[in-house]
Amino acid sequence: MPKKLQLRIDGEMVSALEGQTILQAARNSGKYIPTLCYLDGLTPVGGCRLCMVEVSGIDRLVPACTTPIQDGMSVSTTSAKLTRYRKIMLELLFIERNHICAVCVSNGHCELQAMASQMGITNVRFSYNYPKLSVDQSHSRYVLDHNRCILCTRCVRVCAELEGAHVWEVTSRGIHARVQSDLNQKWGESRGCTNCGKCVQACPTGALAEKGWAVEEMIKRNDNITVLAHRKGAGA
Amino acid sequence: MKRVKLATVWLDGCSGCHMSVLDMDAAIITLARKIDIVYGPLVDAQEFPDDVDVTLVEGAVSSQEDATKIQKVRQRTKTLIAMGDCAVTSNVPAMRNGVPVSQLLHTIYATSNGSKDVPGERLPQLLSHARPLHEFVKIDMHLPGCPPSSKLIVGVLSDLLDGKKPELAGKVKFG
Ligand code: SF4
Ligand code: SF4
Ligand code: FES
Repeated sequence: MPKKLQLRIDGEMVSALEGQTILQAARNSGKYIPTLCYLDGLTPVGGCRLCMVEVSGIDRLVPACTTPIQDGMSVSTTSAKLTRYRKIMLELLFIERNHICAVCVSNGHCELQAMASQMGITNVRFSYNYPKLSVDQSHSRYVLDHNRCILCTRCVRVCAELEGAHVWEVTSRGIHARVQSDLNQKWGESRGCTNCGKCVQACPTGALAEKGWAVEEMIKRNDNITVLAHRKGAGA
Repeated sequence: MKRVKLATVWLDGCSGCHMSVLDMDAAIITLARKIDIVYGPLVDAQEFPDDVDVTLVEGAVSSQEDATKIQKVRQRTKTLIAMGDCAVTSNVPAMRNGVPVSQLLHTIYATSNGSKDVPGERLPQLLSHARPLHEFVKIDMHLPGCPPSSKLIVGVLSDLLDGKKPELAGKVKFG
């Protein structure tokens, strides 16, 4: 049985188990921290930096989804500084690829779009990148649109950790990074893909979608991924 | 009470935002008591007036003409509002941004339309990219949405008439 630890989140004393992350401790005590790359049931990677929080005594921000709690820790989940950084992080995601919500399958059901709305982002202050990106339609049932990908790696993790197929990987670095299937083959030619569609359900945006849906029609069920993961005892 | 001068401008957009303005039904009666629409596709004025209180701009800046126009509109407007995703993010008009302008025109006029050449001087001179308004001029408020709902536009105008700052968090979204 892991040890019970005490910590403060936004001034309130809460207890959580040793080994849990700040995010888990916060959620278990009903506190909200915004997240994007995190999906309950998959191993957290700390990629999007939206869940950054302040911890007293540490002079940098830490991601709540990957930082383990410590006894006596004091965490702030909201501040003007955090809001400023979180907005910048979201805006940078919007400029990196081509997010044209009005014509996106996920319009109205997208975690990136919803997060921007919730945070009161009414425009993006940085110059759009307008990269030229491909759409892989080779799979018989699904589509990968790089224009909408935020490189959260949920697809990579769900495929490796839950389906056990490990079709997805991230190739290249920085602005050139892309998700790829198998050894950079077309998805439709992937021999590892079991056609389970877990990656599609896990994807927070319109980057992975089922074929046959028009604008606004792709509704995902990542809650099923969480349920399945907990049943299997995977992730945390 | 002095009536508020409202203008609307249509750049590179589909006119959907203007449809949203028109769609306000009975709310227009209340608003009309307090505002005069002094310029835009909905009225006759030829020249953008000198002293406009509020201007709603639909559309991205896509041509040299748009770029010149938005400068003039800015100089002559107190509160400049980017209305809709094309004005705010460049949205659908920006889907051509990955294609060089010459190739774009050639594809549209010559390849897919069967004509021999591009009607050069009769077309507005396109910029290399369609871009959002705030990259050209200072914008006082952004109203994202494709289109922003009538209710939202009415709400914002009413707030401005009452001297209030509209609260948009959670009420607007891209798309
Ligand atoms: S993925 Fe989300 S944010 Fe991107 S275009 Fe689609 S709805 Fe908009
Ligand atoms: S395809 Fe979707 S799930 Fe995969 S990295 Fe991109 S946004 Fe994330
Ligand atoms: S949710 Fe923690 S870094 Fe993305």
